[in-house]
Amino acid sequence: MVDWSVHYGLLACFLFFALFPLFWLFKVAVTPTNLLYSEGIRMWPSETTWANFAQVMTDTDFPQFFINSAIVSGATALISTLIAAAAGYSFSRFQYRGKAIIIVLMLITQMFPLVMLIAPIFRILTPLGLTDSLLGLVVVYTAFNVPFATFLMQSFFDGIPKDLEEAAMIDGNTRFGALVKIIFPLTLPGIAATLGFVFTAAWSELLFALMLVSSPDAVTFPVGLLTFISKFSVDFGQMMAAGFLALIPAAIFFFLIQRYLVQGLTAGAVKG
Amino acid sequence: MTTATDLGAHPANRQGVTSRRFLSRLEPYFYASPAIVLLVTVMMVPLVVGLTYTVRDIRILNPFSGGYVGFAHFEAVWHDQNFHNALFNTFWWTVTSLFFQFFLGLTLALLLNRTFPGRRIIQSLVFLPWAVPAFLSGLNWAWMFNPVISPLPHWLFALGILSEPTNILSDPDLAMWGPIVANIWFGIPFFAITLLAALQSIPGEIYEAASIDGASRRQQFVSITLPFLAPTIAITLMLRTIWIANFADLIIVMTNGGPADSTQIVSSYIFTQAFRRLDFGYASAIAAVLLVLLLAYAVSIIFIRRSLLRET
Repeated sequence: MVDWSVHYGLLACFLFFALFPLFWLFKVAVTPTNLLYSEGIRMWPSETTWANFAQVMTDTDFPQFFINSAIVSGATALISTLIAAAAGYSFSRFQYRGKAIIIVLMLITQMFPLVMLIAPIFRILTPLGLTDSLLGLVVVYTAFNVPFATFLMQSFFDGIPKDLEEAAMIDGNTRFGALVKIIFPLTLPGIAATLGFVFTAAWSELLFALMLVSSPDAVTFPVGLLTFISKFSVDFGQMMAAGFLALIPAAIFFFLIQRYLVQGLTAGAVKG
Repeated sequence: MTTATDLGAHPANRQGVTSRRFLSRLEPYFYASPAIVLLVTVMMVPLVVGLTYTVRDIRILNPFSGGYVGFAHFEAVWHDQNFHNALFNTFWWTVTSLFFQFFLGLTLALLLNRTFPGRRIIQSLVFLPWAVPAFLSGLNWAWMFNPVISPLPHWLFALGILSEPTNILSDPDLAMWGPIVANIWFGIPFFAITLLAALQSIPGEIYEAASIDGASRRQQFVSITLPFLAPTIAITLMLRTIWIANFADLIIVMTNGGPADSTQIVSSYIFTQAFRRLDFGYASAIAAVLLVLLLAYAVSIIFIRRSLLRET
């Protein structure tokens, strides 16, 4: 076991590597645009400003993009986790015909170059009226996230003894009743972990959002960030400010679930 | 809700028993059905449609396209130097990113697997990059590699890693390291979280027994920790390899495949063919080749893992 000074030294290196890019993002966002290039290399600008943040919030559609992203990510996280919990429970507790095939198909879905699916998905969603809508994004993101979320949920259910719900069923509960009353509370940490994985994945997805939506009512913030680039003058300050603002909800969500995440993974024991 | 007394009050006739048995056989399908329906409609059907594109001439904006071309796309892929280059780059990108993500993630997990003051806050902070959208981190890292405004190239120069404080993203020999570093930064938390969880599930008594028997820390790591971690390592390495090989966001944002195709990987090449050249037929053929390669990789990993599990 390494010595405590080495231990803290190494942790300091990890902290620096993890946080310096985030510090840099923030630094660019608070630098006045005229100083961005003229001051050369500085760790902190001679003057700071909140103008980039203010402009992003008032002069752009960013507040709307922000809400769109929150709706899409939140709905995707909730629906995916619900579907994955049901499927994971099914894989964990039952032996049945076709189960192996379903699991293999789920694994294969992890191997698609997703770019390849854009054109076919676009063709399927168009007649359903699901392009350029938040609902369409939720449907696609949910499908992308369900396989991994299912494997994760299955590992949590595997960690909970079968006797628990059998006892509840002997006491006169239906299986579903036992699932809701006994198993659900025990899997809460696992559910929090899965929500976190799915939320962050949906929060940052760019490619499908770019292809499927175009009207401001449905554009998510990663696509919104791209609109800064397509303007004639690229405003890095505003872009970083928007990016930093967009990072905050994801970071808060992440902070809230990360305690459960480690506990949850431990309880569920991801042993492969 | 059905209770035991309800069951007693309604003595089951033969028909009731049969239908209840039938229903309980359907129950697992009932739980799995939403996932199955979603996967089939939103992923399997598009995949099959995408596979049909591989033998068709699908060029957006060309009204005369759409015809059957047989294996012409695959023949073209076979002779495509850009594809060979992208395949080599994919290998290099995936192996290097994965190597550093894994070993740094494992080191971080081992460091965090001890109780010490400040652990909670440090753990929260070092996991933060995982919450940053890949697209945003790509923009930020591209910005940080610029020597006019960022100290990073000057630090690398001072450390002797660069011979001049230049932008590595514009140097064909070094450009790939840009997206790789961004990818490592982004991906360490994934391994750290999953491996930390696996470490915490190892019963402490095993270590106590081993140290009573006089095993050194190193011996304990090799004979207890690593075998316990092995299954988690196998499954996470397999999934991450596939995800990284398919992960084009950072490359598209930071270098767009350049300079001189030096950072073009297969999935960014597919993106280029599909959205710059608007040739979906050819893009789908390349994607199908990548899918087959990844499948072959996954199958071999599953076999290796199975034989390893048999040994332990």
